[in-house]
Amino acid sequence: MRVMAQMGMVMNLDKCIGCHTCSVTCKQAWTNRAGTEYVWFNNVETRPGQGYPRRYEDQETWKGGWTLTHRGSLKLKAGGRVQKLLGIFASPVQPKLADYYEPWTYDYQTLVEAPLGDDFPVARPKSLITGENTKITWSANWDDNLGGASEMGQLDPIVAKLNESVRRESEEKVRFELERTFMFYLPRICEHCLNPSCMASCPSGAIYKREEDGIVLVDQDRCRGWRQCITGCPYKKIYFNHKSGKAEKCTFCYPRVEVGLPTVCSETCVGRLRYLGLFLYDVDRVTAAAATPDESDLYEAQLDLLLDPSDPEVIAAARRDGIPDDWMDAARRSPVYALAKKYRVALPLHPEYRTMPMVWYVPPLSPVVDLLAAQGHDAEDQGVLFGAIESLRIPVDYLAELFTAGRTDIVTEVLRKLAAMRAYMRDVSLGRDGDPSIPAAVGLDEETLYEMYRLMAIAKYDERY
Amino acid sequence: MSAASRSSQAQAGGGVDGPASAALLRTGRFFTRWEESDDGRAVFREGGRAGDVFYRDRWSHDKVVRSTHGVNCTGSCSWKVYVKDGIITWETQQTDYPSVGPDRPEYEPRGCPRGAAFSWYTYSPTRVRYPYVRGVLLEMYREAKARLGDPVAAWHEITTDPEKRRRYQSARGKGGLVRASWGEAVEIAAAAHVHTIKEYGPDRVAGFSPIPAMSMVSHCVGTRFIQLIGGVMTSFYDWYADLPVASPQVFGDQTDVPESGDWWDATYLMMWGSNVPVTRTPDAHWMAEVRYRGTKVVTVSPDYADNTKFADEWMPAQAGTDAALAMAMGHVLLKEFFVDREVDFFTGYVRTYSDLPFLIRLEAAEGEYAATPGDASSRALVPGKFLTAADLAADSNASADEDAWKTVLLDATTGQPVVPNGSMGFRYADSGKGRWNLDLDGVTPALTMAGDAAEAVEVLLPAFVEPDGTGSVLRRGVPARRVGGHLVTTVYDLMLAQYGVERPGLPGSWPTGYDDVSEPYTPAWQAEITGVPAEQCIRIAREFATNSEQSQGRSMIIMGAGICQWFHGDATYRAILSLLVLTGCMGRNGGGWAHYVGQEKCRPITGWISLANALDWGRPPRTMTGTSYWYMHTDQWRNDGYSADSLNSPLARGHLAGKHTADTIAQSARMGWMPFYPQFGTNPLQVAEDAEAAVEAGAAPNPAAYVAGALHDGSLTSAIEDVDAPENWPRTLVLWRSNLMGSSAKGNEYFLRNLLGTHHNVMGSENPNAPRPSEVKWHDAAPEGKLDLLLSADFRMTSTTLLSDIVLPAATWYEKHDLSSTDMHPFVHAFTPAIDPPWEAKSDFELFHLLAEKLSDLARTHLGVRKDLVSVPLMHDTTGETAQPGGRAIDWRTTGQPGTPGRTMPVFQVVERDYTAIAEKLATVGPLADTLGFTVKNVTYRVVEEVARLGAKNGVMLGGAGDGRPAIDTDAKLAEAILTFSGTTNGHLAVQGFRTLEERVGKRLVDLAEGSEEKRITFADTQVQPVPVITSPEWSGSETGGRRYAPFTVNIERLKPFHTLTGRMHFYLDHDWMQDVGEALPIYRPPLDMHRLFGEPRLGADGGKQVTVRYLTPHSKWSIHSEYQDNLLMLSLSRGGPTVWMSPQDAGSIDVADNDWVECVNDNGVLVGRAIVSHRMPEGVVYVHHAQERTIDVPKSEATGRRGGIHNSVTRLLVKPTHLIGGYAQLSYTFNYLGPTGNQRDMVSTVRKRSQEVTY
Repeated sequence: MRVMAQMGMVMNLDKCIGCHTCSVTCKQAWTNRAGTEYVWFNNVETRPGQGYPRRYEDQETWKGGWTLTHRGSLKLKAGGRVQKLLGIFASPVQPKLADYYEPWTYDYQTLVEAPLGDDFPVARPKSLITGENTKITWSANWDDNLGGASEMGQLDPIVAKLNESVRRESEEKVRFELERTFMFYLPRICEHCLNPSCMASCPSGAIYKREEDGIVLVDQDRCRGWRQCITGCPYKKIYFNHKSGKAEKCTFCYPRVEVGLPTVCSETCVGRLRYLGLFLYDVDRVTAAAATPDESDLYEAQLDLLLDPSDPEVIAAARRDGIPDDWMDAARRSPVYALAKKYRVALPLHPEYRTMPMVWYVPPLSPVVDLLAAQGHDAEDQGVLFGAIESLRIPVDYLAELFTAGRTDIVTEVLRKLAAMRAYMRDVSLGRDGDPSIPAAVGLDEETLYEMYRLMAIAKYDERY
Repeated sequence: MSAASRSSQAQAGGGVDGPASAALLRTGRFFTRWEESDDGRAVFREGGRAGDVFYRDRWSHDKVVRSTHGVNCTGSCSWKVYVKDGIITWETQQTDYPSVGPDRPEYEPRGCPRGAAFSWYTYSPTRVRYPYVRGVLLEMYREAKARLGDPVAAWHEITTDPEKRRRYQSARGKGGLVRASWGEAVEIAAAAHVHTIKEYGPDRVAGFSPIPAMSMVSHCVGTRFIQLIGGVMTSFYDWYADLPVASPQVFGDQTDVPESGDWWDATYLMMWGSNVPVTRTPDAHWMAEVRYRGTKVVTVSPDYADNTKFADEWMPAQAGTDAALAMAMGHVLLKEFFVDREVDFFTGYVRTYSDLPFLIRLEAAEGEYAATPGDASSRALVPGKFLTAADLAADSNASADEDAWKTVLLDATTGQPVVPNGSMGFRYADSGKGRWNLDLDGVTPALTMAGDAAEAVEVLLPAFVEPDGTGSVLRRGVPARRVGGHLVTTVYDLMLAQYGVERPGLPGSWPTGYDDVSEPYTPAWQAEITGVPAEQCIRIAREFATNSEQSQGRSMIIMGAGICQWFHGDATYRAILSLLVLTGCMGRNGGGWAHYVGQEKCRPITGWISLANALDWGRPPRTMTGTSYWYMHTDQWRNDGYSADSLNSPLARGHLAGKHTADTIAQSARMGWMPFYPQFGTNPLQVAEDAEAAVEAGAAPNPAAYVAGALHDGSLTSAIEDVDAPENWPRTLVLWRSNLMGSSAKGNEYFLRNLLGTHHNVMGSENPNAPRPSEVKWHDAAPEGKLDLLLSADFRMTSTTLLSDIVLPAATWYEKHDLSSTDMHPFVHAFTPAIDPPWEAKSDFELFHLLAEKLSDLARTHLGVRKDLVSVPLMHDTTGETAQPGGRAIDWRTTGQPGTPGRTMPVFQVVERDYTAIAEKLATVGPLADTLGFTVKNVTYRVVEEVARLGAKNGVMLGGAGDGRPAIDTDAKLAEAILTFSGTTNGHLAVQGFRTLEERVGKRLVDLAEGSEEKRITFADTQVQPVPVITSPEWSGSETGGRRYAPFTVNIERLKPFHTLTGRMHFYLDHDWMQDVGEALPIYRPPLDMHRLFGEPRLGADGGKQVTVRYLTPHSKWSIHSEYQDNLLMLSLSRGGPTVWMSPQDAGSIDVADNDWVECVNDNGVLVGRAIVSHRMPEGVVYVHHAQERTIDVPKSEATGRRGGIHNSVTRLLVKPTHLIGGYAQLSYTFNYLGPTGNQRDMVSTVRKRSQEVTY
């Protein structure tokens, strides 16, 4: 066992209102400059939707992340590193600007300066790349709130996958009709993976993981602009600064984190859904975990890497490996550890990419009662509530494709815990005794469920970060 | 990793790539060497991080300043503004709100993406950096001034020479702005004001700046300037249709709502027409979080709205039909929780706090529904007026005046009539002292007349069940009794009849059950209208009431613009409020209505309103209902194709018969109900002189009587009667903190044509066959270009600045001192300048002081000291609201006698104005503060001590009109004054106010503020941290003991009456006009049938190139009104320009694909935008989000060949006459409190696909 510390984040998608404040504060702080106009270290996607850059999850096209060799070893999906070394001067597989979007501005000056004419002056859109008049046809957030989804929703790689297998339209898991509408938001930053494929792709060794906190950074001096990292990252969270010719990415706001401030995206999250904290993990087992043969076991393998900071053995090892006591305290108080490992309600994004991502998500518990009630059930009865989670408005299959490489049972278990929290707390808020059978049904005791409730609902500043 | 483990791993699979490549790679990581994991997979690095210094440098700043955004969003979020090298870099939210308690989420971090994008404006290319004047105007002015030597004379010449006038007016909006100096720009503006006052009268001067709470100082200073010169401030809350007229109707209060932290107390939460994540972004987390306490969340919206993501149930009621759903829920609730099973918690509540037990006289129906003479069995009765103590008096002459304002109920025990405390008759009369309270003194009011002594009678009730809105009559029975010779029943009995809840032994036609589709208001009946399944309606109604029973009133409904902004939004609101009152939820933490439309809550209200209206120097101020002002002055009234009585109930008694809407506005003004300005066809300075001369000559006892006589004999006319005559036009309009022409101006194209005289896109023509007003003169040609001067101050270029004759560069919110507060949280906090205003920008505060100085200067030659005859209506929360007993609409003009000022007509008062001292008065607190105090909601605060304290703190001015008076000559000092004069921020005044109120109420109240007596919230305090306010009689709820604010908790817990006729919450409104439109009781009214009323196309596709749909303008995710819709960050995250959200069905019917250009067209104008096609939209509805301006990516339209419009180019004002009622208890005027709403939701538009090759 070799213990390392990793900064991690949990986002509770059940609370996300899709407001994009995180995107704006991040962009204002980090990327509102020439060369990064199209860059959003933090973006928020409406799902179902294509994401940014569009269809980034389609690894058959973009070749991000890791895959296994026939012998079960990890290999970059874009090709082994020797292959990459040999092909270094060839253009890598990566999204074009049009797949992100062509950034634009407007001819605002005309509003002030227009000479007397025959009509209102108007600010026309101008490309920020060419400076010419442009038509706006795509953006980093084009399908916000299901805009255009009735035409383009099928292009969501998960929708495509889920609907592919069925024969008739009526059997489709996801259909774009008013009555069957569902949506949720997926805010994304760099995953600061334990097994970062961007780093492995870099011919210059410019990408590194910080020893003390696992933040993945691009050394701006060493970067030579090969852009292999862009291919390597399956989340497409490394961007090419077309002015400096270097790669740039989310820094986990290390200048803030180092002085005890939360990341900008976290602190400004109005939905209060982001949690920051430390994970301890066994660095020696990362490669093996990432090489877990069956994709559907990857979530468990990843969870298994996370070490219990209260375990005496871990404490001893950590001390040996130079992790200071105050970091150990932080690891014990870590809300991200609690949500991911203790309550097991936070899940990694696309574990099948085998990068061991360290931004975790609580899946959204979206309308249940609608369906139940329509079937004549007492919608508030928790027994009924549990039974119905598989027929959520958001298909569990969809969530499973995002968070568990298809394991619906794991997603269902999380949603059952959220439902149990609501059912249990209803009695408490009405001044009645809590019913212990409710937490028991999801494998928790009353105290743990209540702790989880406090962390997720009350979520004080000091407890979030 | 040890060698052993590495080899075992390799055997078990795992590892990276293969042994060969690993070996190759290990020889040299491509080209260089560094620390990495043993398998070469990962690079860890310590030290040597010079390559990252870029980001560390970027995250550095010199200071962080607390400020916020003065934008009408209710957010009132405190922000950190980062400054480096004197440049604002970015902003993030403050997180230091005082805690709301250990077991609750906190208010941090408040903010939204719009606010986070604000600093973009500071240095953006759309920033207004210098004063601008339209070139053609400036040239003419310079020439005329040089020739004539006087600014006022120059202005006179330009504005009265038809050619010159046309030249600069028709250039409005078309570019050609040129730089001018501040001195010159202010001189022209001051000359225009002086000229208008002198030539036409001060009531031809207008100002508009909305929502004081979002930056009180900036609002206050300009309003104070306008009021000091006798100008007119037009309202915003009702004009925006954010005012829920149901609130004064039901509660006698403008709006008072829970802070969002109180959503956390709800155990059942409905969001009805309120898209919380978009419109209450910083508060939405409470809604998400309260679900974790087990609170069920239900949404009602026609589309899959953003908040539906959080909902356990979604009730997809079709747009505008919500009242049908609410009525059916009420039906279930009354049947199951009142009739089938009586819930003591509910009945006890409504007996004490609602008008349900009060007695209503049953009267003979008139007209076609009148009984057959001589046939007793044909008796046709309708509900009439409240029975009052005056009705019971044996000798009507012995009855006191106030008896007509004392409503009556029946003691359930004795069966005898009782006149309980608390009604309006106890509020003002000496006899009511100590008795204006809700204490029933042991009496149990009878809710129903049913019982041995009752007779079962049939009543006729109006209904509007046809989609085209025409009325019909329901026949349903009620138990009635004779009391004092009057046949009466209770409001409760009428409610059961109205809702169709049958009881044995009563005549009439009743639903056979919930599944009866033919009888209103059953669940099955509503399903046919709303599309919400009957079962769902029943279930939610049951759950809602059951939850309230279990939680003692913690069912809450968040309601918003989606239902408020319809023509009949007040009716819809009343139907929904009924659910809350019936279940005992109002006045509870965690329960009741939570209406959030508009940021109306200026918490330090007394200080702000008194200083804004300059009540320290002169009273009364001129305040005006915006909707009727613009409806008349932009000539939208000329395009109304219907008369007011097309809204009538079939049982109407003719009060509105044959009247055009413009007639009802004229009548309302004449009767002292609502204000109208200009007042008279004559300059009010002249009227005042004439009146004083008449009084001196003994021809009239006082000026008011002179005016009444002159109006009667026709020597003086009301301006509205010839509103299009040049002498009655508004002449100057100052806009600051507002973007009237790009945001709120409903009927935008009429503003352009008639008010401004420039190009426009009005598509239709006036229908020559439409009814014309009888009381407002019709000119064959409508005037174009009424306004002499449009002046605006802004920091960015908007539709308004483009149209303005003079544009002044305003400081942004990060460049001045100010104050912010909101409904949504209980804190007051500061704006602080992060930088000085750059370029030549100045704060609004500076602007108005410069304008006042120049005006005072010019006044020395042109105006001097003058008297001004001010006309104001009968005001709510004053004795004026007891002027017209019984709510009888008696028009003095029809009596043949002069009216009585202050009773049957407005109040007329003479105010002295020293026009040479305006600047001095603007900068000091005047002497009326000491002598009269400041009054809010009929509680007068004596502020002598406060004036002294403020003088000591701020210093006093020396010399001039304000000699020795406290200085308010900087924005920070004015902020201090606002805080000093308000109970919420000055504990001394809160305590004093409660003591005053206690005398009238006769119940203990002072303890609500007592602990705070020594507390003074200073401006400096608000700069340090957001400060929670003090409980004060200025508002209806209590924060005492750290509880969350919920409205009316003081009324419920301390038995302080509501400010209504009965002193209770009203289901029943007995005013003549309410009865005539059939809205005495809660009711469903369908959306207006625009085809029937105005000849717009029928809804639906025409099978070819166009589809006609409901044109809805909800709030946008990417802007706050027009603010931010031009912000590059918001445009980058959205579709980058005007959009039209459409269903795939509607889009498909006209062959429109996502992102295709479309045009929305109707008689009022055209909007060009790009379609967003999405299945989340229902068929038959488009969303053109509010305030998408014509400044960003708007091409020429195919419909007119001109620049496509704004969202409001397709709307037009429609005035509901019942909003004009006044002089009657809670139906009385106060600024922004009651008035006609500028509703716009009933609009329909034709959508066409247009050529995709657009031109600009």
